[in-house]
Amino acid sequence: MMQFHSLLLDNGLQIIGETNPSARSLALAFFVRTGSRDETPEVSGVTHFLEHMIFKGTERRTALEVNRDFDRIGADYNAFTSEENTVFHAVLLPEYLPQAIDILADILRPSLREEDFEMEKKVIIEEIGMYEDQPGWAAYDHAKQLYFGSHLLGNSILGTPESIRALKRDQMYEYFERRYVAPNITVVAAGAFVWEDLVQLVRKHCGNWRAGPIGRGGVEETRGTGKFQVLHRANVAQEHVILIGPGPTAASPLRHAADTLSLAIGDDSGSRLYWSLVDPGLVESAGCGFHEYEGTGAFYTSFSCDPEQVEENLVVIHEELQKVQEENITEQELNQAKSKILSALVRRSERPAGRMNDIGMAWIYQHQYRSVDDDLNAFEAVTLDHLRQVMEQYPLLQLTTLALGPLEEVQAPGMSRR
Amino acid sequence: MPQQLIYQHTFANGLTLLAEEMDDVRSAAFNFLIPAGCVYDPPAHRGIGSVLSELITRGAGSRDSRELSLALDNLGLDRSESVASLHMRFWGATLARNIPASLELYADILRHPHLPEDEVEPVQALALQDLQGLEDEPRQKVLIELRNQHYPPPLGFDRRGTEEGVRSLTRDIIHRHYHRHFQPQGAILSVAGNIKWDPLRAQVERLFGDWKGEPLPPLQLGQTGQKVSHLVKEVEQTQIAMACASVPIGAPEYYAALGAVNVLSGTSSSRLFTEVREKRGLCYSVWATYQTFKDRASILAYAGTTNERAQETLDVMMAEMRRLSQGIEEEEVERVKVGLKSSLIMQQESTSARAGTLAGDWYYLNRVRSFDEIQAAIESLSPARIQQYLAHHPLQDFTLVTLGPKPLTIPA
Repeated sequence: MMQFHSLLLDNGLQIIGETNPSARSLALAFFVRTGSRDETPEVSGVTHFLEHMIFKGTERRTALEVNRDFDRIGADYNAFTSEENTVFHAVLLPEYLPQAIDILADILRPSLREEDFEMEKKVIIEEIGMYEDQPGWAAYDHAKQLYFGSHLLGNSILGTPESIRALKRDQMYEYFERRYVAPNITVVAAGAFVWEDLVQLVRKHCGNWRAGPIGRGGVEETRGTGKFQVLHRANVAQEHVILIGPGPTAASPLRHAADTLSLAIGDDSGSRLYWSLVDPGLVESAGCGFHEYEGTGAFYTSFSCDPEQVEENLVVIHEELQKVQEENITEQELNQAKSKILSALVRRSERPAGRMNDIGMAWIYQHQYRSVDDDLNAFEAVTLDHLRQVMEQYPLLQLTTLALGPLEEVQAPGMSRR
Repeated sequence: MPQQLIYQHTFANGLTLLAEEMDDVRSAAFNFLIPAGCVYDPPAHRGIGSVLSELITRGAGSRDSRELSLALDNLGLDRSESVASLHMRFWGATLARNIPASLELYADILRHPHLPEDEVEPVQALALQDLQGLEDEPRQKVLIELRNQHYPPPLGFDRRGTEEGVRSLTRDIIHRHYHRHFQPQGAILSVAGNIKWDPLRAQVERLFGDWKGEPLPPLQLGQTGQKVSHLVKEVEQTQIAMACASVPIGAPEYYAALGAVNVLSGTSSSRLFTEVREKRGLCYSVWATYQTFKDRASILAYAGTTNERAQETLDVMMAEMRRLSQGIEEEEVERVKVGLKSSLIMQQESTSARAGTLAGDWYYLNRVRSFDEIQAAIESLSPARIQQYLAHHPLQDFTLVTLGPKPLTIPA
């Protein structure tokens, strides 16, 4: 049986864990509640750059020693930065828990040495270049900026080569000091470990971390700018189109319904967009996903296709969304979507990394522990009426649209050419 | 580790069934390998395998395309149909209790597909857009071209085929290809998860026992391509891909080859990551990997980097490849061993990974390696054994493909 534990240290650092006696490994993570939406324009990209710098060494370890020490325990480790979270995670065998905490806790108090900072700048700029060469990614990034406009969720996660070049080590240090305080960090473990051992290790290594004020500004809901933009890229072969519309927040009771709705609309098999665009061969790919944030949420619909097909496909998407908005999906489609979600949830939960992610996110966004069964039941309970409520509050056709590719102009459905 | 429960049976018609019972999970995954990979695409119809893999789920048995899709979805099946070099792969994963019903549907898909005439054109259109989309994926593009040049044709062919090949297809041509290649000789079905062997075997015998077909003739291989080639494209980053020969998975020196690749790449303290990214900041992505066929294998390496620094990146990568045979530290090999052992254990938590490994082992080795066997082989790795492998198979004589505004030169 999986068992949940939690503890708040005196300095505000939160520890949560779910032990699973049948697991062979454990997944461990430090969730820092800071992301691109917590940046000001002059430090654009600092959160993600800092995530890289965390691995570049401490008082006790050089950058190369950090890498070496992780590899000595065979840990499968990495980190990611999103709009709202920076997460450092590792999957490892249970006997290496003490070393893993020693390394992770150590690197989360980084030296941010000037020479490492300048070296890693080059890597970040390479990473930006890599994404820039993938039009699907570039379109996503631009679409998000277009949708959110001046809302802080529109901030770029990577920043630009210019903003990264202009960034100073001391600006990053100031950001680190302010955002990496103990109360802004949650330690999450799942799988094969002993709770008391985890607590003792975290207390020993992180008990003296500084407390400080937390929170973030600008968490109001947004429904997007509603703009329609075409970005011309002569060297791109296909047109990459993203349509974004509003949805419920990460704390909303409607989030399970929103997930189910997005799957029925845009999953890669048996969905509305599959039958209307992929099955007849009108696109290379098409999909729809629901992203939940603090204070707001959004549905992302995307497709890529031959440029000649774009306007026709946009009309098809608008018609499909309108039909769903007016008539809802069918009971059969609802059950189909639920079957897929429940099966995927069961399979994800069989691996410690899947549980680590799910209990971590539930704690951060809903301030509660959610067992696998809690989530299974929540999806099981979704009805067509819940979907109806989602669409009443967040009409599907309230769209902001971005197209990136060889076309210089694209006609918006039902509008004159722009 | 709990005892592994692995089963195998080859039916009289040539189909092999493999299974692993995993009691701690609720799910199960399966993997059908059909010897219909893109190496079997006829030269005039390259891309036929991909088109067939898309067409084959558009109606089968008593169900039309929509009914079949709905039946699969209602089982909560996460699935994919993909075309690799040698095989067409049908992968699926869901709750273990839905596996029997899933296999009933796959018996229809594999044995009684409709391959409807009116779906041929839409599927062709998808395949053509897939080819077009490749132009927007420079990394994939360079790796595809590398395999194309490095292996004797048709081994290095890409599943997407060619525009002419895809356009040439008719329902009759696809139908003939299906009948020739969808048969039990050399086909493998593996299942891993919370399943029981006896009922599984009985069901598979009922569904596939009377399936018939002829074994395929051996492949005729052509000449390998150019040693050095360049694709001109205006991009932010130059893509660098290279390959050299290694030993296949059944060879005595296989684990030593794996050890060598893991000293070079795969973790952040490995040599390529350390020298190219950490010490010089030349790129975000750099790696080397091992790729095997039954009778040959390669070590492939890749980096993507700003055009101005591409030559330096290539120079450093080549220097690291050469430096490997000049000595490996005990410490480096210890880290490789811990990493390999950890991932071996973590693999036991994934039904998909297990199903994949069972089928792969059977195809390459005609047997399934036990956990203990692999662990012992990893344990036996040492600097001396890796050096010995490198003495026999030095990292040299590379095939190099680059993509970007300007070609690069291999350092002397």
